[in-house]
Amino acid sequence: MARPIRVVIAKPGLDGHDRGAKVIARALRDAGMEVIYTGLRQTPEQIVEVALQEDADVIGLSILSGAHNHICPRLVSLLREKGLGDVLVVVGGIIPDADVPQLEALGISGVFQPGTPMQAISRFIESRVQRGASAAT
Amino acid sequence: MDLADRVLAGDQRAIARAISLVENEPDAAAGLLRHMAGRIGHARVIGVTGAPGVGKSTLVDRLAAEYRRMGRTVGILAIDPTSPISGGAILGDRVRMQRHVFDEGVYVRSMATHGRLGGLSHATSDAVLILDAAGRDVVLIETAGVGQAEVDIARTADASIVVTIPDAGDGVQAMKAGIMEIGDVFVVNKLDRPGAERAAAEIEEMLSLREYGEGTWRPPVLKTRAATGEGVAAVVEAVERFAGQPAETRERRRTRARTRLTDLLRQQFVERLEHSEETRKLLDEAVERMAAGEIDPYAAVAEIMERTS
Repeated sequence: MARPIRVVIAKPGLDGHDRGAKVIARALRDAGMEVIYTGLRQTPEQIVEVALQEDADVIGLSILSGAHNHICPRLVSLLREKGLGDVLVVVGGIIPDADVPQLEALGISGVFQPGTPMQAISRFIESRVQRGASAAT
Repeated sequence: MDLADRVLAGDQRAIARAISLVENEPDAAAGLLRHMAGRIGHARVIGVTGAPGVGKSTLVDRLAAEYRRMGRTVGILAIDPTSPISGGAILGDRVRMQRHVFDEGVYVRSMATHGRLGGLSHATSDAVLILDAAGRDVVLIETAGVGQAEVDIARTADASIVVTIPDAGDGVQAMKAGIMEIGDVFVVNKLDRPGAERAAAEIEEMLSLREYGEGTWRPPVLKTRAATGEGVAAVVEAVERFAGQPAETRERRRTRARTRLTDLLRQQFVERLEHSEETRKLLDEAVERMAAGEIDPYAAVAEIMERTS
């Protein structure tokens, strides 16, 4: 039996707009994934701890507040510290084009800007997680 | 150190991995659980069930806090349904359990019901074993609603809490449909809402229809406001009182062991039949004859049992 992909969806930052996070959570569920929804105002420390306890394959961040350049580096370094460097990190939300290369250089695998079709996101996650799994065996 | 040793040492990451194994890789899980023998049976296993929206997650969060105050470590298994269409799931119970995230003494795992391979019952009961072996004093199982599989889980916990809310005509109705029998402690949550007294009285009334011999447990009906923690200490106290009856706990654990054992035997028996070419042919023939109406299912089974024993 294939293990369903486990995704932690988190909405870091202080704004209260979690609609995008909920929409993506539903889309990933409909793509057959197990989505652990963690709610609003998550710190990178909280998100990493949840990913560890939930044995997540993927962390999906929804960031609309412009705080991505602050949150993402912190999250990536915490993941490495905890030995979770193999967890795939994707970010969706309002991310200026100019910031994308920097996030990718950090180790954020996918950056999805407004207008990205949901299927493109779920397909991206599927292809990356499967590749990771076959590399591990 | 291998995974089993790390689980026994209480390592959170290892617990997380081990639970994924019991969910997805039965063979690997069997090897892992073999190492847990002798380390199991210490944890208090508590089921929390009730209709969606009655506040189960919030109550579980408060129960965990109360047990932490008593110095006990806690493992939480929060179960939500798998979508039968996509096989995916949204597991959202953690939203109400955030306060514990940095407390090493509380491990929270969200689980989906799956629906294949014994689904909920098998993965959940194995996850309980892992948390028990990892040294958790208390394991709280939050079930997804009031389905049959959940009734099974609740029935085999050391103690089961059934939660409802005031004015939930539906909630009380749902309880009549089967979960009245499984509650060792009943909780009317959201006591600040109108109708809490009446809801409690209705449950009391249903309970009074049963007979209670001397020394048998009569489930208490308690009122809480989980959002503030009001009344939660009394719930823990009642649970501890119930589970503190050694005969009762022994009986529950016997039921739990028997259920798990017969489930596994059944599963492996069928797997064995399907595994060997010879017996698989027997199954296929029986299927054909049943489908054609030549033989009834009982006769087919009798034949297979005779030819395979």
